[in-house]
Amino acid sequence: MSTPINAKTFDCIVIGAGHNGLTSAAYLAKAGKSVLVLEAQHQVGGAAATRSFAPGFSVSSCAHLLHGLPEKLITELDLHKYGLQFAAESLPTYSLCAEGNPVRILNGAAHGNQLSEKDKAAYAAFIKKMNKFAAVMLHILNMVPPRLSLEEWSERINMLTVGWKVRSLGKRNMREFLRIIGMNMYDLLTEHFDNELLRGAIGMDAALGAEHGPRSPGTVLNYLYRLAGEVAAGKKGTAQPKGGMSNLSNALANAVKAAGGEIRTNTRVERIAVTDDRVSGVVLASGETITAGAVLSNADPETTLLKLLGAAHLDTGFVRKVHHVRNHGKAAKLHIALSGKPEFKGFKADAVPGRLIVSPSIDYLELSFNPSKYREVPREPSMEISIPTLSDPTLAPNGKHILSAIVQFVPYDLGADPTAARAALTENIISTLERYAPAIRSQIIALELLTPRDLEAEFGMSGGHWHHAALSFDQFFFTRPVPGAAQFETPLTGLYLCGAGAHPGGGVMGIAGRNAAKKLLSGGRYVRK
Amino acid sequence: MYVNEMEENETVVHELRQIDLVPSHYKRPLISSPFFPRQREFVETDTYIPWSGYSSVDVFSSVEQEYFTIRNAASVFDLTPMVKYSVRGPDAEKYLDRLVTRDVKKIKPNRVAYTVWCNDAGHVIDDGTIFRLSATEFRVCTAERQLDWFLYSAIGFNVEVAEVTQDIAALALQGPTSCLVLRMLGLQGVELLKPFDIGHFTLHGYPLMVSRTGFTGDLGYELWMAPENAIAFWDALMIAGEGRGIRPIGYQALEMARIEAGFILPNVEFVSAEHTIRLNRDRSPFELGLDWLVDLKKGHFNGRRALLAEKEKGSRQRLVGIEIEGNKPAHHALIYSSADAEKQIGAVTSALWSPTCKRNIALAMLDAPYFDGKAEMWAEIYLHRELVWERRMCKCKIVERPFFAPERRRQTPAPDR
Repeated sequence: MSTPINAKTFDCIVIGAGHNGLTSAAYLAKAGKSVLVLEAQHQVGGAAATRSFAPGFSVSSCAHLLHGLPEKLITELDLHKYGLQFAAESLPTYSLCAEGNPVRILNGAAHGNQLSEKDKAAYAAFIKKMNKFAAVMLHILNMVPPRLSLEEWSERINMLTVGWKVRSLGKRNMREFLRIIGMNMYDLLTEHFDNELLRGAIGMDAALGAEHGPRSPGTVLNYLYRLAGEVAAGKKGTAQPKGGMSNLSNALANAVKAAGGEIRTNTRVERIAVTDDRVSGVVLASGETITAGAVLSNADPETTLLKLLGAAHLDTGFVRKVHHVRNHGKAAKLHIALSGKPEFKGFKADAVPGRLIVSPSIDYLELSFNPSKYREVPREPSMEISIPTLSDPTLAPNGKHILSAIVQFVPYDLGADPTAARAALTENIISTLERYAPAIRSQIIALELLTPRDLEAEFGMSGGHWHHAALSFDQFFFTRPVPGAAQFETPLTGLYLCGAGAHPGGGVMGIAGRNAAKKLLSGGRYVRK
Repeated sequence: MYVNEMEENETVVHELRQIDLVPSHYKRPLISSPFFPRQREFVETDTYIPWSGYSSVDVFSSVEQEYFTIRNAASVFDLTPMVKYSVRGPDAEKYLDRLVTRDVKKIKPNRVAYTVWCNDAGHVIDDGTIFRLSATEFRVCTAERQLDWFLYSAIGFNVEVAEVTQDIAALALQGPTSCLVLRMLGLQGVELLKPFDIGHFTLHGYPLMVSRTGFTGDLGYELWMAPENAIAFWDALMIAGEGRGIRPIGYQALEMARIEAGFILPNVEFVSAEHTIRLNRDRSPFELGLDWLVDLKKGHFNGRRALLAEKEKGSRQRLVGIEIEGNKPAHHALIYSSADAEKQIGAVTSALWSPTCKRNIALAMLDAPYFDGKAEMWAEIYLHRELVWERRMCKCKIVERPFFAPERRRQTPAPDR
């Protein structure tokens, strides 16, 4: 490989300035490594960014609320100093009701005049117990997963701490934790609650970003994963960054730069360069080669390993595993520019902003999942809605508003006629919204719907999955994304995964990025040489 | 079964056949080679064995006669059941180079190379031969079916992999008069083919591919043709071989020659790493004594990283050729470090009293460090004599492979006898 003699060599190159890539870069730069972050888009952030979708209207284009950004990450990287600001914190969750009688959930308590005292008490007890389990989960999320061979003492100790954390729940709670961890959310919720709005809204927490409905096994895992994020997020709860997600990403980028790291946007990596069976840097689309001792990829495992690196550098068995990573997302993103403030039934005019859930019952949620199994769009979709302009009017022209929603269970493959499917889905969404906000159709100025395939194209995520690899037991912890790459290292010396496809997974948490940096800095298998 | 049920079943079968899911031989699990109508005329013993889905002749008349045909005349073995794949496309060379342990870039068009391929752990999945037909076209002959592994290996390569086993009929013509027979057949210049060369000929208007390859360790050729020309070719070959001792042989005779040549056989010397269940039953190329097939310098290939680690750490065991005292074949014998059979250090995988070498030979898998041959070795041989078992401890030693290596196998131009 020819490299100009005066060309700079970096300790680490990070491919992709998504929030995990930036997080890795920040930790590595702070630890004294020379770091270069390369981003194909014109701005940093990846799926945690703000962009315009209609003249004058800006929106967080993929992730729209922060529910699990760890307090620790903010402190360790000093993100407030570098510009992180919240337009809203501790956002309550509302389970919308067509009769105009929503249930409100905040800080471990559920309110609403249709909730029985029994359900209110049950919810308080439930969330207290689940938070204990979530704390165990958080311990796992923050770990570099041990290898199953447990060859090294540090791995055995790691494994023991997992066992210890579970054991220290106490006998009763440990038994309960082990009972529910592989369960489905539907059964868990029907065990605990009678109220449908409550079941529907909590069920939605298990469904967001998942590809299965609440009756599928493993959905409790997804719920505890989300809850672990909430535990990590601490007091600020569900928050909305000022100016959208780019605020967070820019703060991370500032932290990288302040620690001496470099970031180049509009710079697409064509491939990962290999010399003597070891990563030697990257080759850009421009043809330029940049050398580095290690390359961390924020891209999904399939893109990183099969496209940027190439199967020729890997063994067939490993390629087979990567090829079979399940990464077809079912979460779509909806952006609507509104001519005025949307009026939802049961909300007073001065209602505080919040997270609005359209999942009025657990059966509704399951039924909204069913069509996706057959490459069909939901007739009555489940949604997580945010009206970011309520707390951040700068995002839209004066007096105008934005509705941003995650629409669940939209299949990656829209069947034989994707255009018709998209039109049908748009109509299904609007008519569903009308049930809760009757005047909303007349307020629509512009509408943008990003299906998983659109998210794949815009954010370069294979399969359009926000976790890059489905979050399920077979792709979790020491098998995430696949055995042989579950410790952030890949079979190719010096190549690391630091994105959502690595442990623990996606969501704007930065834990994968932090873990990957931790692994590299602790002297991974390859760095030690 | 009631009548309607039968009708229903027939409808299902009919529908399946429409989409080609029911092979025509579902009533008879083994199919016949295109040479079968002629072979049947020679089979005196009516002994067949299944081989890769084909019914294959085990013995035509007598193993001894057939074996000596390989070493003294011209033997004809039906190779058709051997699994064959076509690999073609712009990335065919790169694809195979990543798949197998040898450097495929070094195989020139119209050359053949024997190789193995490994899984990620550097354990052997199968062995076979790569025929390079052109810059972008190859044929790979394998012992077992490999389509699944070959297709997964094709991810990321611009290559087309297809099984062509039934599209090609093949015979192995092996023995000292094999070249003469081919010349009598009219294949001009066939004697100039070097070992592992491929030649293309036209015979009575149809194409015939000849490779100087084989599984006997002797002078010999493998002959490849379209199935529709199989019968005509067989007849012409038999006429050309008349007076040169030509004779069809079965599997058992070939197996004797195979051991004398020191070649390994899947499921005898090793079990495919894709099939093993128990721990430590996989074998690396180093363990099989196939170091010469592994090119660690050619760039990445399947199992390379694991093989580098094994090279550094040393192999757990190794396949060696051994010679045993006495004349009783050491079938399945355990090998010990002393005559009192206290410590087992290995086991025999294939054994033979070699009629040509007049030596008692075997292939044996020995544990580290005993494959260095420095310690004493004893084979525990059991003999079954009129229903009475006898046990013999026979001293043995590691010897060079192949056990039998006649000059003629390498001579070019090939000798006539």
